[in-house]
Amino acid sequence: MRIEHGIFYRIDWVMIVLYLVLVFFGWFNIYSAVYDEQYTSMFDFSQRNGKQLIWIVAALILAIVTLAIDPKFFSQFTWLFYGGMLILMLVVIFLGREVSGARSWLHFGQVSIQPAEFAKMATALIIAKKLSKIDLNINKSRTWLQLCSLAFLPAILILLQRDMGSALIFLAFLMVFYRFGMSGYVLIGLIGILVIGILSLLIDKFILIGILFFLAFLFFLFSHKTVRRLLIILLILLVSVGYMFSVDYAVNRILKPYQRERINVLIGKTSDPQGAGYNVNQSLIAIGSGQILGKGYLNGTQTKYHFVPEQSTDFIFCTVGEEWGFTGSLVLIVLYIGLFVRIILIAERQRAKFSRVYGYCVASILFFHFAINIGMTLGLMPVIGIPLPFLSYGGSSLWAFTILLFIFIRQDSYRSELV
Amino acid sequence: MEKLYFNRKYVFIGLFLFTGLVFLVRLFYVQILADRFILSASNNVLRYITQYPARGLIYDRNGELLVYNEAAYDMMVIPRQVKGMDTVEFCRLLEIDLEDFRERIKKATQYSSYKPSIFESQISRENFGALQEKMFMFPGFFVQPRTLRKYPHPIAAHMLGYVGEANPRTIERNPYYKPGDYIGISGIEKSYEELLRGKKGMKIRVVDVHNRDMGSFQKGRYDTISAPGTDLWSSIDINLQAYGELLMKNKKGSIVAIEPSSGEILCLITSPSYDPNLLVGRIRNKNFSLLIADSVNIPLFNRALMATYPPGSTFKVANALVAEQEEIIFPNTRYSCTGGFPLGNGHMVACHEHESPVNLVASIQNSCNTYYCNVFKRILDKYGFYETEKGYNGWRNHILTFGFGNRLGLDLPGELSGNIPVTAYYDKYYGKNRWRSLTVISMAIGQGEVLVTPIQLANMTALIANRGYYYIPHIIKGIGKPVSVNRGFVRKNESSIDPGYFDPVIDGMEQVVLAGTAMNARLDTISICAKTGTAQNPHGDNHSIFIAFAPKENPKIALSVVVENAGWGTTWAAPIASLMIEKYLRGEVKRKQVEEWLVNSNLIDK
Repeated sequence: MRIEHGIFYRIDWVMIVLYLVLVFFGWFNIYSAVYDEQYTSMFDFSQRNGKQLIWIVAALILAIVTLAIDPKFFSQFTWLFYGGMLILMLVVIFLGREVSGARSWLHFGQVSIQPAEFAKMATALIIAKKLSKIDLNINKSRTWLQLCSLAFLPAILILLQRDMGSALIFLAFLMVFYRFGMSGYVLIGLIGILVIGILSLLIDKFILIGILFFLAFLFFLFSHKTVRRLLIILLILLVSVGYMFSVDYAVNRILKPYQRERINVLIGKTSDPQGAGYNVNQSLIAIGSGQILGKGYLNGTQTKYHFVPEQSTDFIFCTVGEEWGFTGSLVLIVLYIGLFVRIILIAERQRAKFSRVYGYCVASILFFHFAINIGMTLGLMPVIGIPLPFLSYGGSSLWAFTILLFIFIRQDSYRSELV
Repeated sequence: MEKLYFNRKYVFIGLFLFTGLVFLVRLFYVQILADRFILSASNNVLRYITQYPARGLIYDRNGELLVYNEAAYDMMVIPRQVKGMDTVEFCRLLEIDLEDFRERIKKATQYSSYKPSIFESQISRENFGALQEKMFMFPGFFVQPRTLRKYPHPIAAHMLGYVGEANPRTIERNPYYKPGDYIGISGIEKSYEELLRGKKGMKIRVVDVHNRDMGSFQKGRYDTISAPGTDLWSSIDINLQAYGELLMKNKKGSIVAIEPSSGEILCLITSPSYDPNLLVGRIRNKNFSLLIADSVNIPLFNRALMATYPPGSTFKVANALVAEQEEIIFPNTRYSCTGGFPLGNGHMVACHEHESPVNLVASIQNSCNTYYCNVFKRILDKYGFYETEKGYNGWRNHILTFGFGNRLGLDLPGELSGNIPVTAYYDKYYGKNRWRSLTVISMAIGQGEVLVTPIQLANMTALIANRGYYYIPHIIKGIGKPVSVNRGFVRKNESSIDPGYFDPVIDGMEQVVLAGTAMNARLDTISICAKTGTAQNPHGDNHSIFIAFAPKENPKIALSVVVENAGWGTTWAAPIASLMIEKYLRGEVKRKQVEEWLVNSNLIDK
């Protein structure tokens, strides 16, 4: 009874306010993005702005329900969520409906949901559960592989649904592993693979090999000069060179021309404003033409006349940039960063390791979405179709993000009850 | 154990802040530093559509419409949007073949694949009617209304001129014109281009990503409204013009009539001419080639302004006036004529049979060559036999004030200046001080080096009718309303001859018709003052020339008639001038058999 009575005072209102601001700001921008002279009502439920309002109301109900549920429910039944989610994902692969190339939607009458959105939450819960075990050593290969399997199994199922964007998000769990003890070399290695892969497409491979040998030499010079270490370094170098040539081979021989073109546009090797680069070019035009103060709400010409594809979903940030200008974009980015930092700080104050890990999962997932999505609209990231948390149009993603965040708020409100 | 990793939260916070910072820097660059995005944004959505104003109309002096506009349509194409259409049907409607279609699409694409360019220009209203209902079947094509000039009377082609598309050089010189714009190329259309064209307007429309029209930009705040062209009232009397063209049928030459009291041109006839409707719209290029290829009739050549002739005996009235002013002769000065003027080298300037001796009036009445050779010699020898140059310059300066030797400066393009030679010309030909009055004596009777245009001859006639002054002839008397001040044509140009000297000359000109060389030009109750001319020329038979004004008191019309290679001035030019005067002053011509004979005479294929 004490918990029920006190919840209002013990939930973190900063996060909730940030959440509400983002959600409603998103709704306003969706209205602008889909604005049609024929349907000017903000509450026209045949339009996306009207539908989004329904999703928002449903999301708020879900949030309240989440806050009402006993927090132990989430930490106890993680396997249930996870297992159920995996089954759902398999169902989607076989029964899902294909929407713009991805088979990731399930239909229940009028409503269609995207299980992949909820998979992140279920995975976050099970990772939190697993990582909160006492005497867990993440740097033991066996443990680490177990954790990775839990984190990336859903990602593989999502890849099978041909939804690469959503699958990529699961890399966010590597950040969580890092926070809880995983060696930094794993992240460095991953980043290294990415960088070498891109560079091998951009610059002459033999120059690149030269640079790598030079770096390896420097590294060896300033570390313990043992034979074992030398051998490891040489091995890494060998693997890198092999990797470089296989990337080159894969891109130039295996990929289809249009895929190769997309990669070339992405890494800035070629620009193709009418073809593969169209989205990003129009997105930049929209944002760039907003200037300092923006064109004003509902006055964005790029937005209004549909020059940017997927404007209400993946490219919703264009509307912000065009109509609210640098000022509005700055405020929005500050709000997001504020929310992420707040989640980290709150996670750190948790006594229960489950809650703390879960908090990091939430922050990492939201941050990945934010960084990839806005990076994409600004031409800094590849065009990967994932929503901007809380802003993008879509029921599934809004509900999933809402539940994801509110489970954490619920855990936090409960922190003093626990040992 | 876990505490070891506590500090890693700063890696997270640092990463968040760093990412936010990177985004803000990028946003700062994209939104504030770079300006190409804002340009691209307006290029994306704004379409500038030119509003072509209707060109000004042209009326005659009585308000009769001479030029008006008819709707025509330019077929425009945006190559990028052309797809999935019945090309064969489209070609059939436009009466072009498939090869032509591909060629045009290719050309349009070379210009721009997403901007409209002209596919077929000036489709007539009739042809457009058939096209209109099928336009929806041809994506990427649309029509842009334009106007075509139309001429209710198939006459006065040279004077009215024609319009055509501005050429690249014009476009480069004058930024007002864009490819496909129309511009006056000759006649009134050219000289009054800036008034007639009006002012183009610009509508800014907003389009969406599919190029669909989404309405006007900012509720039309930045649109500019087109201003229609100014209507012009010409001084031409269309009935007189039509009558003159009828009389000049199958003859080469010109008729220029001027209202002496104002300098307004009443008719400006050049023959052979053409129907101005031939140089309109799609048929223009074909017809233009045909007209320019006609080297026999040279129909595009405006003889009234551009042909130069020796004035022949009509020049004697000018010489008489100069001699009077120089006090070389007086009305009663007489010279006897014994069949010619001896040049002292065995040759002589021949004269025809007439009473002798003659005074000033009779010299004009009888067109006595001997009289004018004597007079001209004395003008040039005024300062002594060896001071020819001084005497010549004195004479030349008088003649220049008659409007000869220079362009008059009327409001039509293409006028030539004729020629009253400078002394340097003779110095070069004969040597300095190696030529004398007798060397250039043929100018006494309007032969030799002197060359004049028909408009200059008519202008001199108007000057005589006015007794000493003229207004620069002009074709437009009203700008924007039937009568207005046409700046540049209100200044009185005085000749160097005192008004008193004109009376005996005018009396002589009256006698020409009453009892002289052109009695066939006589009109029962209207006193016509005139002078015949028969100009020898190197191009064949003599030109038949006649100048006249009427009535003698308070003259209403002064004109010059030139009929090339037709013989005596009396035979052809005189009756034509007489009929023109009758037509203008009386409104109708009673001498039907003269009229019929003139109309039916073919002097080109004689």
